[in-house]
This record gives sequence, C-alpha cells and structure tokens, in this order.
Amino acid sequence: MLPSDAHDRVNPYALSHLDALEAEAVHIFREVAGEFERPVILFSGGKDSIVMLHLALKAFWPAPVPFALLHVDTGHNFPEVIEYRDRTVAEHGLRLHMASVQDFIDNGRLRERPDGLRNPLQTVPLLDGIESNRFDAVFGGGRRDEEKARAKERVFSLRDEFGAWDPRRQRPELWSLYNGRHAPGEHVRVFPLSNWTELDVWQYIERESIELPQIYYAHEREVFSRSGMWLTAGDWGGPKEGEPVERRLVRYRTVGDMSCTGAVDSDAVTVADVVTEIAASRLTERGATRADDKVSEAAMEDRKREGYF
Amino acid sequence: MSTELHPVPTASESGRATALLRFATAGSVDDGKSTLVGRLLHDSKSVLADQLEAVAHASRNRGQDVPDLALLTDGLRAEREQGITIDVAYRYFATPRRRFILADTPGHVQYTRNMVTGASTAELAVVLVDARNGVVEQTRRHAAVAALLRVPHVVLAVNKMDLVDYAEPVFAAIAAEFTAYAASLGVHDIVAIPISALAGDNVVEPSAHMDWYGGPTMLEHLETVPVGGDPSAEPARFPVQYVIRPQSGEHRDYRGYAGQLASGVLRTGDPVTVLPSGLTSTVAGIDVLGRETAIAWAPQSVTVRLSDDIDVSRGDLIAAGPAAEPTQDVTATVSHLNERPLRVGDRVLLKHTTRTVRAIVKDIPYLIDIDTLAHVEAPGSLQVNDIGRVVLRTAEPLALDPYATNRRTGSFLLIDPADGTTLTAGMAGESF
Repeated sequence: MLPSDAHDRVNPYALSHLDALEAEAVHIFREVAGEFERPVILFSGGKDSIVMLHLALKAFWPAPVPFALLHVDTGHNFPEVIEYRDRTVAEHGLRLHMASVQDFIDNGRLRERPDGLRNPLQTVPLLDGIESNRFDAVFGGGRRDEEKARAKERVFSLRDEFGAWDPRRQRPELWSLYNGRHAPGEHVRVFPLSNWTELDVWQYIERESIELPQIYYAHEREVFSRSGMWLTAGDWGGPKEGEPVERRLVRYRTVGDMSCTGAVDSDAVTVADVVTEIAASRLTERGATRADDKVSEAAMEDRKREGYF
Repeated sequence: MSTELHPVPTASESGRATALLRFATAGSVDDGKSTLVGRLLHDSKSVLADQLEAVAHASRNRGQDVPDLALLTDGLRAEREQGITIDVAYRYFATPRRRFILADTPGHVQYTRNMVTGASTAELAVVLVDARNGVVEQTRRHAAVAALLRVPHVVLAVNKMDLVDYAEPVFAAIAAEFTAYAASLGVHDIVAIPISALAGDNVVEPSAHMDWYGGPTMLEHLETVPVGGDPSAEPARFPVQYVIRPQSGEHRDYRGYAGQLASGVLRTGDPVTVLPSGLTSTVAGIDVLGRETAIAWAPQSVTVRLSDDIDVSRGDLIAAGPAAEPTQDVTATVSHLNERPLRVGDRVLLKHTTRTVRAIVKDIPYLIDIDTLAHVEAPGSLQVNDIGRVVLRTAEPLALDPYATNRRTGSFLLIDPADGTTLTAGMAGESF
C-alpha cells in the first residue's frame, strides 16, 4: 500500500515520514559522535548499511564521516557486493576494518557447521573485532520491523563484555534521551534505523537516488531450490545431489551470506519497481529470504543473546 | 546547492510523502489490548502471510485451534512461556494516509514505568476500557500518566461493546465519566470510541451494530488527528550536539553547530542567545543535511552557523525568543524506573538534551498516589514505578524549559554514575 500526502499538506510545517525518520537517524549518529570515543559502522554492503552510511555522510556534511567501517566477512560473499564495498570505501575516503570468519576457521578458533551455514558463525569474529579495536559504539542497520525480538530492541543497546543482549535488563529509553554510558569492556550497539520499515528504506533509496549492488534488482541467475528458497550455486557448498540448477529471473531482498540468503522471483529492474513489489508483497523480508531465522521460534533472540546483532 | 525560502516539506516532491504518527496503547490485563493491536495490524493488512503462518504454527504447538493474535506481539521467549508481556515493543504499520509507530505498552506489573516510556514519544494515547467494568482504577492511572507526560491527544476505546449488547447508554456513561476525569487532569483532546476488538466493530471498519455512533472508527481517527503541532507558535530551541569543522578543502573555515531543533522555527538573520553562557549572536546560515536553507523548524536535524566566533560546544542550547534563565536548582516531577530506589542525598548524573551534569537529590517532598492523585509527604525515597516530586541541585546551570511548554527541553534522565544505569525520568516544572 503506498501512502499519499494529500492529507498532511494542510500543515506547512508537517514533516513527511521520511524526513522525520531521517532527522531522527541523523540525531542518533550525532549523539554517538558526541558521546563515544571509538564508534564504528557495521557495513555489509547490504541496503540497510548502505542507507546508514548515506545518513552518516549527510549528518556530518561538509566534514567527513568520523567513523570507520567494520565488515564481518563470512567468506561466502556475493562478488558484486564486495566490489561495491571497496568502491564505496575508496570514494568517501573511509577506513575499513575486517573481521573474517574464514580466518577463524583456518586458525581453528571456529569450526564449520554441518549445515554449512556461516551466518551464525559471525558472532565470534564480530566480538573479536570489537574487542581488539576497542570499539565502544557499533552501529547496526537492524530494524524493529524485521523480527519480533528486534521489536523490543532499544536504539542504544548496552552489551556486556560477552556482547550479550539481555532483554530483561534493558535500559528504559524515553524521549530522544539516549544513555550511552558503559563500563570499560562493554560496548553499545546503536540502531539508527530502528523505526524504519523495509518499505521506508526503499522509498528513501528512491528519493535519495542511492546506488545499490545490482543483485537487488532483477537479473538472470543460476539458482537451485532448498527449503523453499532460491540459492545461488557456489563454493560454499551448494547444490547438493538432487538439487537441480536452473536459470531464473530473480533479485535479492536482503544481502548476507550466500549459504542462507535466498533470492525471490522478480522482474523489478528499477527502484520504483522494487517499491511497488514490496508494497504488494505478502511475505516479510526475512520470511522470504533468510534460512537461519527459520531454525526455531526464537532463533533471532537466541543469537542476539550470544552477541549477534 | 539550492536555497529554499518557504517551508516546503522536501519529501512531498516524491508524491508519496506521508506524515508519521507515534502513538501508545495502554490497557489492563484483560481489556483486550493485544486483540486490539492484532486487529489494527491485521485489518490494515500489516500482518504478512509468513507472520500469520508462524503464529498459526505456534498456536497449534500449544494445542490451540484458533491462531492466537497475541503471539504477533509477544516476541520474547519468556513472554511466550509465561503468556505475559514484559516490555514496551514498537510496531509499524501504514495506510495510504499515514505511517504509524505504535508503542505497545504492557498492562502487567511494572505498568507505570512502561507506560511512561511509551507515552514519552507519543502524540496520542489509546486508553482501553472494558465496557462491562467501566472506568476503573487502572483507567484513572492511564489517564494520569498520559496527562503527566503531556500526550496531546487521548482516545478512550470502550471495548467489548458486543458483551453489553452494543448499548449506547453504557458507552455514554463511561465516556462522560472518563472525559470529566481526564479534563480535571488537563487533558482536553479526548475522543471516545465504542469498539469490539474481537468482532472488529469500529476498529478499522464501521460497526453495523451501533447506528447511534456517528464518530470515526479507531483507524480513521488515527489517520486524521493533527500531528506535528505548529512550530511557528513556539520559541526556537536548538541543543548543540556536535561541532562540525572540516578544516580542509573548500570548507576550511566552516564551523557549524549540528543538532535537532527541539522546538520552534529558526531563520537566517535571527538573533539568538547561547545558553547557559548568555552570549548572543545571529544566525548566519542553516544547512539541512548538505543543502543550504533559509528556514528550519522542529524536529529537523540541521547545522547552524553563527555570525560571531563565540564559544559554543556540545551541551549548549541555542535559543531564539524568550528563554528560561539557566538554573542549578531543578524541581521536577519524576517517574522512577529502576529497582534501585532514589533517595534524598543520592549523587547522580542528569542528562538534559545534549548535556550531562552531576546532581544531588536535595529533597523528595512527596510522591503522588497515581490512583487518587493524593500526595504522600516526605517519603524519603522513591521506589520503582513511583511518581513523585524531586528537588535537585546541579553542578552546572541548565537551560531547562518547563515540561508543560516543551517536552524536549523540559525532560531529563537521572543516571547512576557508578554503572550508567538509567534510574529516573524527569519532567521539569509543575506536573498537572
């Protein structure tokens, strides 16, 4: 369903919902810049982190973004996304930190899971990256509309030395007064897009003409079906026997590890097409394309308790 | 770079801009709040197929035949295990006319704290009443919290009308009693709506059972209630968050004060005072996220440049129009949020806008019995969920407005300096 603005034009000072969400997100970025020593933006090359970076660029204009980026690399990336990431880092003169799942597997600190999923393995390198760089605030692109456990997440979310989220011990968050105080060893996860929905993100991408990796738009790709999702064949371990590969017109709604991020059938080739498609979709973003959220009823909550975003 | 001379909302250009309404729901345990929220989400087609499928699956696992819509909103393991709602959750839905952020506040234990949290950002509060029970203690409590937090609009939802034969006199009596009570607390914009959340009467669709009701459905009211207020009627308040100084390239001499307008309108050329220092200057320019503008208004995030090279840093307030005298003596109504009590003599941190200062609790003159509004004198301390009056002395002066005139520059948090715990939410000035 697409909103129209006829009603609220009456008040010349009424902000559109996108302007209100943008103003709030910028406020959050600036609070972090004002209160923390070593913030970092978690950057995957997915649309939410790209929108986050775009907002940060606007928040500090004409000065450069005062934060570095951190990419948790599962080793099973879409090449288009890595290319996009490196180009963006160079274009804006940013500093990129890496936390690599493959490195942790190679040196024996992590073991490959029998199901081949690498998304759940990200937590250890993420926490190690936070600790070794002494980051005290970590921006994530998480949105409360994504999942039930995320609906309870604060904008400023205190994590202990294990990176753990305890839903029973969250700080109440009132007005726009964010409490960023933390002890040494603790850090704060910050979610500037908390109040955005998937449709908001796409409408904003359209309004701001933000470039995304091409896999977000319909293209022909060799895929195979597993658990009701179209996965891309690759070195990560697919397809298995009995999973025939076919060529389909697809696009991605989320970008993550190739082993658990599914494509959807789509002929949406422009941002406007995508906005229309999402407005009409009867499936949520995660329901459609994320295998790891289907593991159990509380999969996201359990992973967040362990330090995941 | 373009310069805009008139307040034209930028996103209207896309043809899809719509306003945002933040609202909160409050209801007692069995008033049917989860059903109402579920119905709003479901009937506005904001629940998608995979979410419904997950709810149906979870309901079957519990041996229930019918999908339990409360599972849509109770997201945490412990909540599902115990069948209760622990904490405020935020829900999102949209209609062609508006976008909504719903602060879903639980009615169980710890309700005061949770409702205060939800109401702090709300422009509208929905107070739910069971038509069979009428206005009860909980209803008065919810009305009092909405009044205390200065939520501009209140909706009384008289639910379960199907269980009182959709009788108009039942509704009329409850509406009259509630309106009189809320008005005595200073709440004047009250709309009462007879509904059945279970049957769907007057939630999204008009009821076929209540011809006598000529008002809007719940959703219709949410879509049309005015939002945003009129910034031009308020003095400008601009808490400085961060100083932007590129010191390179074409912007070598750029020095901008970044922040979000807490209230009012700011124009190039406006005379301003920087608080608490009292230094004065003039607005030399305003940049709204990379674009120069001649006018900005709350709640836009902008960057302000001043014509004089004066000392301004994070925590300062740039004010236009009549401004409060900065003070180190703060009297406020507070809602205590933490299990750790707040006692006379406690040393705390006070976070007000972008400034955090040390403070001492000098006195707790009384706490308010939120059911009767009676004062309990000199309690000595405030326990979790208590609402009371507190007198504080701060180490540095603060430019506080009364909360009654400015929710943003009149609110503050008290924080435990030892471990950073958020202890108390404060509202400066008179309470009701």
